[in-house]
Amino acid sequence: MKNIFDSSVYEADESDVRAYKRVMTSRAKGRPTGKDYIDNLISDFIELHGDRHTGDDPAVITGIGKLKNMPVTVIAIEKGHSTKEKIKRNFGSMHPEGYRKALRQMKLAEKFARPVICIVDTSGAYCGIEAEERGQGQAIAENLVEMMRLKTPIVSLFIGEGGSGGALGLAVADKVWMLENSYYSVISPEGCASILWKDSKKMKEAAQSLRLTAYDLKDLGIAEKIITEPENLKDFKRIYYFLEDLLFDEFSKSKELSTQELLERRYEKFRKIGRIQGL
Amino acid sequence: MLKKSLFQKPENRLETYEKIPVKGEQKQQGPEIPDNMFINCPSCRETLLSADVKENNGVCIKCGNHFKIGVRQRINMLLDEGSFVGMYGDMTSRNLIDFPGYDKKLEEATSKSGEKEAVICGTGKIKGSSAAIFFMNGDFMMGSMGTVVGEKITLIFEYAAANDLPVIGYTISGGARMQEGILSLMQMAKTSGAVMRHGEAGGLYIAVLTNPTTGGVTASFAMEGDIIISEPGALIGFAGPRVIEQTIRQKLPQGFQRAEFMVEKGFVDAIVERKEQREYLSKLLKLHSKEMLV
Ligand SMILES: [Zn+2]
Repeated sequence: MKNIFDSSVYEADESDVRAYKRVMTSRAKGRPTGKDYIDNLISDFIELHGDRHTGDDPAVITGIGKLKNMPVTVIAIEKGHSTKEKIKRNFGSMHPEGYRKALRQMKLAEKFARPVICIVDTSGAYCGIEAEERGQGQAIAENLVEMMRLKTPIVSLFIGEGGSGGALGLAVADKVWMLENSYYSVISPEGCASILWKDSKKMKEAAQSLRLTAYDLKDLGIAEKIITEPENLKDFKRIYYFLEDLLFDEFSKSKELSTQELLERRYEKFRKIGRIQGL
Repeated sequence: MLKKSLFQKPENRLETYEKIPVKGEQKQQGPEIPDNMFINCPSCRETLLSADVKENNGVCIKCGNHFKIGVRQRINMLLDEGSFVGMYGDMTSRNLIDFPGYDKKLEEATSKSGEKEAVICGTGKIKGSSAAIFFMNGDFMMGSMGTVVGEKITLIFEYAAANDLPVIGYTISGGARMQEGILSLMQMAKTSGAVMRHGEAGGLYIAVLTNPTTGGVTASFAMEGDIIISEPGALIGFAGPRVIEQTIRQKLPQGFQRAEFMVEKGFVDAIVERKEQREYLSKLLKLHSKEMLV
C-alpha cells in the first residue's frame, strides 16, 4: 500500500501539486486525529463532557490540560481511527450540541483566563433531522458571535479537513494555523463539482478553483502559519514538539496584549477580508 | 442493529441550496408573479387574476400563500413613501479567486435582476421610526453571500452602531457563494462581528426571514437577531432539504424546516404575514425607541 505521506506530495514547487491530492491526504486513513494531538501536546488532560442542554457530542472532545506548564482549554474535533470509533464520533461531524459544548468550555476558559486551542478536522457540521431540529445554524452563528468577543486568546489548528461552516464554528480565532495537507473550504470539492458543473468527477478542478489548500489560505491572508509535514507517519512526533513550542510562544506573546487589543486584532483579522478599498 | 446510513460518511454539501431544484411540498412557495393575466396558486390551485395578487403584496387572495416578490417591491411595501435612502449601491463583485465562469455569472445576475449585488442597504422609516435596513435579493445568484454582500451588511451594522439606529434585515439566501471560495465563508465571521458590535452598542436588530434562508446566512446573521420573525411557510435551515435527504437516505417529514416548525422548535419568535409586517415592525421599533425609556 502506498504511504499516505508519499513524498510526491512534498515537491518544492507548490504550483505543481494538485490541490485535490492534498484533500485526499487530509482524509487519509491513519492520519493523526484530534485525540492524537491532545495525547501528544497536552499533559494532565481532563476531559469534560456535555453542553448542559441536550447532551454530549462525541464528535468533539473538550477539556483542560497543560501545554508545557500552562493551563489551556482544548476543543478537538475527533474523527476516530477504527470503523467503530468513526461511527461513535459521527466521522467528526458535529451536531449543534457539539458547538454548544465547545462554547461552554470557551466561556470557562475566559473566566479562568486560559488560552483556547481548537483542533479542527471535519468534513462539515452534520446535516440531519435532529441537527436541524436543534438549531445547527443557530449554534454555529452563536459561536461566531461569542468567539469574536471571547476575552482570551484562541488558536485554531487545522489538522485535516476544514469543511465550511462546521469548521468556522471553531475557527473565529486570533490565529489560524494549518497543517501542510489540511484544507479549508466553503464547500467540499465534490459538492462544488456536482452543483456547479453537474459532474462530481470534476472534483480535482473544483479543488484547484476553490483555492482551499493551506498555501492558498496563507496567500489569501486567512491562515497565518503552515506547518510542514514529515514524509512518514512515524516522524509525526516532530510536529507535536514543534507545535508545543509554537503554541506556547504564541500564548506567551498574546499575554502581553491588553484584552481590548486582542479583541480589536481578532475583529480586524476578519473585518479586512473582502473590505472594499476606497470607502 | 445500526442503521445502514450510519456507515455513510456524512457529506459536506452545506452551501448547496442554490442549485437544487425544489420539489414536492416546496412548490407551495410559488414562482414570482408573472405578468400574465391569470396565475395558478400552487398551494390552493385556484386560478387568480395576477393583478389581484400583485395588489395583495404577492399573497394569494384565496389561501394566503406567499409568492416570491421582488426586492424593490418589498422596500416599497415596508417603508414610508420616499423615505428609503440607498447606501453602498455602487459596490460590485469581482472574481477575486479567478473562479471559472464567475465573471459571466455575475454579468447574467446583474442583467437578470437589474441590481448590482444580492443585497440592498440603506436607511428608511417605518411609520415614522427610523432604521438602518438591508434587504437580500433572491434574484441575484439566489441571494448567495460573497464578499460584497458580506461587506455591505457589515457596513450597514457599523453605520447603525455609529448612528444609534436599529437594524431591520430581510434575508433570502442559498448560503455562501461558492465562486468566492473561502472568502465567502469568512463573511459569516465578519458579519457576525458587526452584528455583535452593533448589539454591544445597545442597538436592536430584527431579522425577517423569507423563503428560503439557508446555509451560511442561517449560520450567521439570520440567526443572530435580537428578535427573529419569519414569513409563513418560509424554508429556514442550515442544510438544504435535498442535502439532508442524501445524507440520511430517507424522506423528510412534512413541514420540516418550515417557519412554523422553526417557531415550534424555538428558533423563531413569530410568524408575521407579509401584510402585517409594516405594522408589526413599527410596533417593535416604537417599543425600543429611546423615548419609551423613562
Ligand atoms: Zn392560494
